[in-house]
Amino acid sequence: MDTPLVLKILYSLISLAVITIWGLSLGGIVRKIYARVQGRIGPPFWQPFIDIIKTYGKRTAVTHGIMFFLGPVFRIAGGIGTYLFIPAILGSTIFSNFSVSGDVLLVMYFIFFGQLGMALGAGESGHPYSAIGVARGLAQMTAFEVPFALSIIAIVIQYHTLNITTIVLAQQGSILNWTLFTNPLATIAALIALLGMNMHNPFSVVLAPQEIPIGPPTEFHGSYLALMQTNRGIFNAAKLVLYMNLFFGGATNIFALIIKTFSIYMISVVVGVSFPRFRTDQSIKFFLFVPTLIALLAIIILVL
Amino acid sequence: MKKDNRLLPNKDMPDFERDYFCDAHPETVKPLKGFIEKFLNWARANSLWILGFGTGCGAIELRPLMTARFDMFRYGMAPRPTPRQSCVFVIGGYASIKTLKRIVRSYEQIQAPKFVLALGSCTINGGMYFDSYNTINRIDHYIPVDAYVTGCMPRPEAIIAGLRKLQELIKQGKAEKANEYIENFEWYKANQKKVIKDWNMPDYNW
Amino acid sequence: MMKDILKRLTEKFPISEIEEQRANMIFVTMPKINAVQCISYLKQFEGFTHLVMLAAVDYIEDGIFQLTYILHNYELHTDIGIRVQIDRKQPVMESIHTLWAQARTYQQELKEMFGIDFPGSPDIDEPFLLEGWQNIPPMRKDFDTLKYSQETFFPRPGRKHYDPQKYMKEKLYPDKEPE
Repeated sequence: MDTPLVLKILYSLISLAVITIWGLSLGGIVRKIYARVQGRIGPPFWQPFIDIIKTYGKRTAVTHGIMFFLGPVFRIAGGIGTYLFIPAILGSTIFSNFSVSGDVLLVMYFIFFGQLGMALGAGESGHPYSAIGVARGLAQMTAFEVPFALSIIAIVIQYHTLNITTIVLAQQGSILNWTLFTNPLATIAALIALLGMNMHNPFSVVLAPQEIPIGPPTEFHGSYLALMQTNRGIFNAAKLVLYMNLFFGGATNIFALIIKTFSIYMISVVVGVSFPRFRTDQSIKFFLFVPTLIALLAIIILVL
Repeated sequence: MKKDNRLLPNKDMPDFERDYFCDAHPETVKPLKGFIEKFLNWARANSLWILGFGTGCGAIELRPLMTARFDMFRYGMAPRPTPRQSCVFVIGGYASIKTLKRIVRSYEQIQAPKFVLALGSCTINGGMYFDSYNTINRIDHYIPVDAYVTGCMPRPEAIIAGLRKLQELIKQGKAEKANEYIENFEWYKANQKKVIKDWNMPDYNW
Repeated sequence: MMKDILKRLTEKFPISEIEEQRANMIFVTMPKINAVQCISYLKQFEGFTHLVMLAAVDYIEDGIFQLTYILHNYELHTDIGIRVQIDRKQPVMESIHTLWAQARTYQQELKEMFGIDFPGSPDIDEPFLLEGWQNIPPMRKDFDTLKYSQETFFPRPGRKHYDPQKYMKEKLYPDKEPE
């Protein structure tokens, strides 16, 4: 409010750059960990950056229409939008982004916005595998949205606010003030939904490189793909920052942010390396049963 | 850059399919100058995305590259399931005419800069299938090849060595075969059409 | 067991030649006109319910194609092969896709590789492996595959040929006299 808008935009850009680098490195680190678990040396952790430079450096590109252009743009708009309305670090002017202008509902909208844009873009590419991937992705997304939304409702009831900054502020003081301990059921439900959101192994049927070449982005190449790769970094980190804020007491400095987001990400990585893949109908059944019931229970307990 | 206004004839395509493909002649894209190209070449060399074309016995030798024993990921190589996103096309051995058609199609769908690594003596001179009625003798008359790996069949170590050699070529800026293909487009097309008798695809598969 | 089947077969069909390869594998040769009838009989009444394969051999010297149908009986664990010789100039044979649906693939391949026609077999004129083949069928013995390859496929100059027997002798046993 005191900060002029220009300065605020500049700060947001800095914060966005930092989170992009962190998100991409996180992906690289996880690939490295995967490799070490499997007894390989693995790619260097900066491999995602090289990949992105290379994909941007492609000389030719073809297009399939307007939505094909807009699909990756929507996707990255979803990622950036998600991040910009979350306060990344509590109390920091640079990393507070535009969190005063939006609440948790807007962030939820942005999380799903990118997927829908992607669905339209992939649909126009005309590749049959894209269509299969989109159908699977949207079905699965609708399923994990239910426990996610329910656990958000539980938190909103608990803190009587939609403002993320207020929710983070309420969790300060002691580790026992975290939502993880004050409302464990909602946290568990939301973390299960995060597994679906991250599309790691039990719920990776959307991309499934072994069966439908790579799902929705089959036809995307060059700069389109590079945009989507960049977004993967931003969006991943943004989701983790949101979860950190809602359930794990937020962060007061950048090291806390890095440690906490890394730990949250490791949950889905550990689940990912230890479980095989669900079919779409199985994952929908799972999401609509276990985590949904847990989240409902959380709400019922709070209301009572 | 001069715009190329030539159109491809696409003689073998029926009229009702004309709307579904592009008639334009492919164009060469000159590499950038100076250190930018060097930097991009470094990135290209360290992020080889492989489209493994599982023809012949080479396919079985490509799989071990992913395992802990050979681990191509440490050099930044990764398998990629779709031609659109990959940049190295690995021809895994003998190519029959039916396969050659798919090879040409996939090769043209890869976006430049693209590199081809051909495995085994079958791709070099026909190998033990040199007198077969259905197997082409040398792949470099149909698509340009950057590096060959000899052997029948080369072991995974040899394939890794070939890929490392390809990385060197890319870093030195010598792997510009994608432009060569466009420059000698008519020659390559004539060769392809000489063996692929039922040409029922566009002249250039974008 | 096999003897009984053979006895019943010889009573019913004009079998010209019997070759007992093993105790549980025999080959019988019969005229083209009786072959499908015989196969049908074996399938329905003798329990040979499995079509193992259908293959052809080109005997260019005799001017015939020899078709071999191999059938398997699961209960007796026996195989029977029915050999049919058809004229090379008019290579037409009755289709057995009505007995085994998968026979269409064999027949499609035979049509493509040898030019043996099976009227009525589904997709018999569709290309199986050779798309757009314009020459004589390549598995026929009068088709010179080396010449075709050299004319069509741009052979790389510098290929050397060795006689395997001589080459191995020179490399591995240079002192040993040939036996």
